[in-house]
Amino acid sequence: MRLLTHNMLACNIKGVTNGYPLRLEAEKWVEKEVNFNADFLRSVFPKIEWPALVGAVRALGCHDLLPQDAPNPSALDSDDDFLRRFHRALLQLHVEEGALVCPETGRRFPISKGIPNMLLHEDEV
Amino acid sequence: EGNDLGGICEGFCTADLLHLDCFGLDDSARIAINELVEVVIEEAEKKGGGNSQARKTRVLFYSFHRDDIPAESVMHKFLLLRNSRCFLFTGMLVKGIYELWGEGTTDDDLEKAIKGFPDERKLPYLKPESSFRIIVDNFGKVISFQEQNERIRGLSYIPFKGRVDLRNPDHKFWLMEIDDYGENNGLPPVVERRIFFGREVGAADRKLLPTYQLKSRKYIGPTAMDAEIAFLMANQGLARPGKLIYDPFVGTGSILVAAAHFGAMTMGADIDIRVVRDGRGPDCNVWSNFEQYGLPKPLSLMRSDNNLPPWRSGLKEVFDAIICDPPYGVRAGGRKSGGRKLLKGTVDPYTVPEEKRFDHIPSTAAYSLAECVNDLLELAARMLVMGGRLVFFFPVLREDVVTVAQFPEHPCFTLIASCEQILSLRYSRYLLTMVKTGHYTEEISELARKKHSDFRENHLKWMEEGNLHSAVFSSSDSQTTKALFDRDSKP
Repeated sequence: MRLLTHNMLACNIKGVTNGYPLRLEAEKWVEKEVNFNADFLRSVFPKIEWPALVGAVRALGCHDLLPQDAPNPSALDSDDDFLRRFHRALLQLHVEEGALVCPETGRRFPISKGIPNMLLHEDEV
Repeated sequence: EGNDLGGICEGFCTADLLHLDCFGLDDSARIAINELVEVVIEEAEKKGGGNSQARKTRVLFYSFHRDDIPAESVMHKFLLLRNSRCFLFTGMLVKGIYELWGEGTTDDDLEKAIKGFPDERKLPYLKPESSFRIIVDNFGKVISFQEQNERIRGLSYIPFKGRVDLRNPDHKFWLMEIDDYGENNGLPPVVERRIFFGREVGAADRKLLPTYQLKSRKYIGPTAMDAEIAFLMANQGLARPGKLIYDPFVGTGSILVAAAHFGAMTMGADIDIRVVRDGRGPDCNVWSNFEQYGLPKPLSLMRSDNNLPPWRSGLKEVFDAIICDPPYGVRAGGRKSGGRKLLKGTVDPYTVPEEKRFDHIPSTAAYSLAECVNDLLELAARMLVMGGRLVFFFPVLREDVVTVAQFPEHPCFTLIASCEQILSLRYSRYLLTMVKTGHYTEEISELARKKHSDFRENHLKWMEEGNLHSAVFSSSDSQTTKALFDRDSKP
């Protein structure tokens, strides 16, 4: 599971109002090469919840990869170093085993073999 | 891009010059032809009615869709695309482009037509220093080697001066013939025999298909999308580098493989975790299908239910296209969260004991066609960027071999293409391409929420009305099929 995916997902249990961001617990993560595409990064940047991404990156122990505050979008055009870091954080860090934990209910959505299981139980729908 | 052939060709014909002839073609060829017609019509409209004066050469499409598009302009496009991946795809639709030297319903007609074709267009390709080959193709019928030779000898009135080279000729000529061979698989019959002779201007690179065909793919399931159709779908979705494409019913990943081939980034989800996570082992799963072709793997695969998607609130307009083959229940039934009895109201929700929660397998209930399509449109309306595309198959029952299709509608979408693929006498499916043309508003989102709860409350009703499986497989006088496509059961 890439952090892009983490950034998009929330706990959707019936009645939960504060199911985002999911706390990332990573038992095993790897880095996987993804083709660098600046246009894609620029178009996806405005859709990203920055604090959630920073939180996820730190959950993996990469404390210095991204700045705490979202940079001005112009940095995407002028700052190649930032663009590379953003690319790495969003697309290359890959959680193999672990869980996504709902901040409101504590419900654990397991991640196994890189695939988060977001399916709800019968009593949660 | 997609069904836009360009903007670089100057002399497209007017749309009304098109005449579409469907002879005994296979299904994918039919989709290709519909696409082609659409391309040309769109192009003609764009140019304010088109321009028929620039016509110089007549072109025959191999698939017997023929028209008067100038060969030069089409070739131009071919050359431009030859070095890009798009070319391969264009090649899937246009199987070949030929300069038509003559056509007729009898051999005599053909001879007359070829003799009447201007010498200055013929002679440069008949020179003694060039090599050539003649290919005989009877569409929909295999003819013997001997018959082929006889047909070629029948062309002796054409002054071929060059030498024959079967392997690597300078010029290829095609003698094509269509006739009523008795079997047309439910497609419109061939009206009369027609023979075409022409010079090959450009042929498509069809090598793509053997590479990707399902029988050589490691991991496939019972409903894996045919490779050619998956590529058509990916092209309709404008899969390109820098685009993000999502398949909410990813299965073994066939559609995303096609999208990744065109350079797009991909994401997929499926409700069945055995399919997306486990496959048939560490070297035989969705990921390995991408590995096999050296394609970038999906950015994300996840297990989720499109009926209750886990997107954070406020997230919208992230995908450039959603391309999928929803589970309508003809081959594999759709499932959604919540047990059958639970949705019926006969049992209270099963409370999963704490110690079993980690690997508990939630029960699922059948998913009706109407609800499935409704969820898909809602997902697409929210998650596609403006101008993004929703491409999906929609099943339709055929009555008396004629299809009366009524497609789902949504205020955010404009339908731009619908291509029928006939699957049996009773059943066909349409590949629908919709463009997001309206913004996803609070109002639309509220309507969707109401619709969602309506579906959940009336689960049984929708299941009874939306059972496509029984409609397709029941005896022909069954009345249960009707309700499925009534207006008010439409999503």
